Amino acid sequence: MMLRTLLLAAVLALPVQAQDAGSTGETIVAGLSQNLVAITTNFTGSEILIYGAVKRDAPIPAGAPLEVVVTVQGPSGTLTVRRKERRFGIWMNTESVTIGQAPSFYAIASSAPLGESLSETENLRHAITIPRAIRAVGISAEAADAPVFLEALIRLRNEDGDYTLDESNVTLAESTLFRADVALPANLTEGEYKVRLFITRDGVVVDKHEEIITVNKSGLERWIHNLAHQQPLIYGLLSLVLAVAAGWGASAGFSLLRR
Amino acid sequence: MQLYLPIAELSVNAFALLGLGGIVGVLSGMFGVGGGFIITPLLFFMGIPPAVAVATGANLVVASSVSGVLAQLKRKAVDFRMGMVLLAGGLMGSAGGIWVFAWLTTLGQIDLFVQLSYVIFLGLIGAIMFKESLGALLRSRKPGGPIRRAHVHYSVHKLPLKMKFRASGLYISVIPPVLAGAAVGFLSAIMGVGGGFIMVPAMIYLLGMPTKVVVGTSLFQIIFVTAFTTVMHAVTSQTVDMVLALLLIVGGVIGAQIGSRLGLMLRAEQLRILLAVMVLGVCLRIALGLLLTPDELYSIAPGRFP
Repeated sequence: MMLRTLLLAAVLALPVQAQDAGSTGETIVAGLSQNLVAITTNFTGSEILIYGAVKRDAPIPAGAPLEVVVTVQGPSGTLTVRRKERRFGIWMNTESVTIGQAPSFYAIASSAPLGESLSETENLRHAITIPRAIRAVGISAEAADAPVFLEALIRLRNEDGDYTLDESNVTLAESTLFRADVALPANLTEGEYKVRLFITRDGVVVDKHEEIITVNKSGLERWIHNLAHQQPLIYGLLSLVLAVAAGWGASAGFSLLRR
Repeated sequence: MQLYLPIAELSVNAFALLGLGGIVGVLSGMFGVGGGFIITPLLFFMGIPPAVAVATGANLVVASSVSGVLAQLKRKAVDFRMGMVLLAGGLMGSAGGIWVFAWLTTLGQIDLFVQLSYVIFLGLIGAIMFKESLGALLRSRKPGGPIRRAHVHYSVHKLPLKMKFRASGLYISVIPPVLAGAAVGFLSAIMGVGGGFIMVPAMIYLLGMPTKVVVGTSLFQIIFVTAFTTVMHAVTSQTVDMVLALLLIVGGVIGAQIGSRLGLMLRAEQLRILLAVMVLGVCLRIALGLLLTPDELYSIAPGRFP
């Protein structure tokens, strides 16, 4: 049984490897400056350095230049995008559209404009650009102009620094060594952040590589957050005790001072 | 110094929050109000999500009310019996308010509802206070004005279920205090306020309670209603931010002491006009937010709503 599973896995893996290696023989070797981001009390954002090199057995192939595309994707979740309209003279939320899965954070960095370094078919296959990374199936049923809501989501997240696209952020030396700096904002969601690296030639992905960054609240922040969500009753009572103690302490302290 | 708030999930300046708590503390010390109705809108303006601002506001009022009621207890100015009756109504109102809050959150209309409540109540209270204190100021300059009667019988005195309230010197039906308590409890859950600014006039004008026990009794029942509201918000929507509350409390406590000293330097009528102007200012600011075309028409909320 064990042997058969192994054999099956090997057979399944073979064609993929053969295809990857067969195209140009270029593969990615990469690393991250850190695999763990701790959100502490004074967390104001973090900068991740993604670096690596292209490993090859043959000399650099002639033709289209090698380009590097890096994406960092935060945990995804379901979202509701709402639009305000003037009703009875005041502005209120009226229509809304539910987006099935949208990443909380998404950064793309590349060594050349994506139009040159990535073909539309490859983008579709690997879901690289921001609109491709958002799964919004069937939104057209919810509102007549549903795509506008999707654009608004991307625009809002872009303004907040959650969705970024920097087409010159990856520095590439001698078509071999590359580095990219991706800024993580202060309002990070906890979870696993997927880092994907692609090398492309003529818009076609030659090799890809994945890494994971874990973002965790740490220390007191983590304790408070977890308590609030896992033991809400105890958390609520604790908030009360703190408030009562602070109120009583203040009055006692100042009456002592006055004496 | 930037500080990350674990529940609001954003980074804010700790000194700004301490300062905000301090300013509200000064006001509450000067005017003898809980400050919930000022701090919650100010938190909206700072970018704290309204749901977190309201729930944390309720937690904050617990602290300032405890501090206030201890001073009133020393003066024996708390009518416990009346407090319990108001509280019974208050808990019912708060539970209803929590339910409405959760229901409107799923509809995406909670922000609008909270803001509208603020506009209506701040506008109403501000206008009444302004008119009343302006009148009082003019009267005090012109001696020989009409004298108010000490004891007036209202129609509420004809209702059944009468009860003796010795500390207040009243023998009235429990229906109006329960209803008043319920209304204030509802507002406490929706607006994150203690409701003293509504409870105090209701006690004086509706129930006819003597002024000397009004503040203590109101504070006494506010502690329990806001405590209940805090726990309910923590359980149903996890929106109480402990770090935010603690910073505001520390600022508020210090501010209240400064405020109570500042209050002694100004005359009561001037103080009330000042408070009225401020209340109207906050009301206008929120109203403009609803009336003017917003910069951003779209908003994002996590989760799926019907």
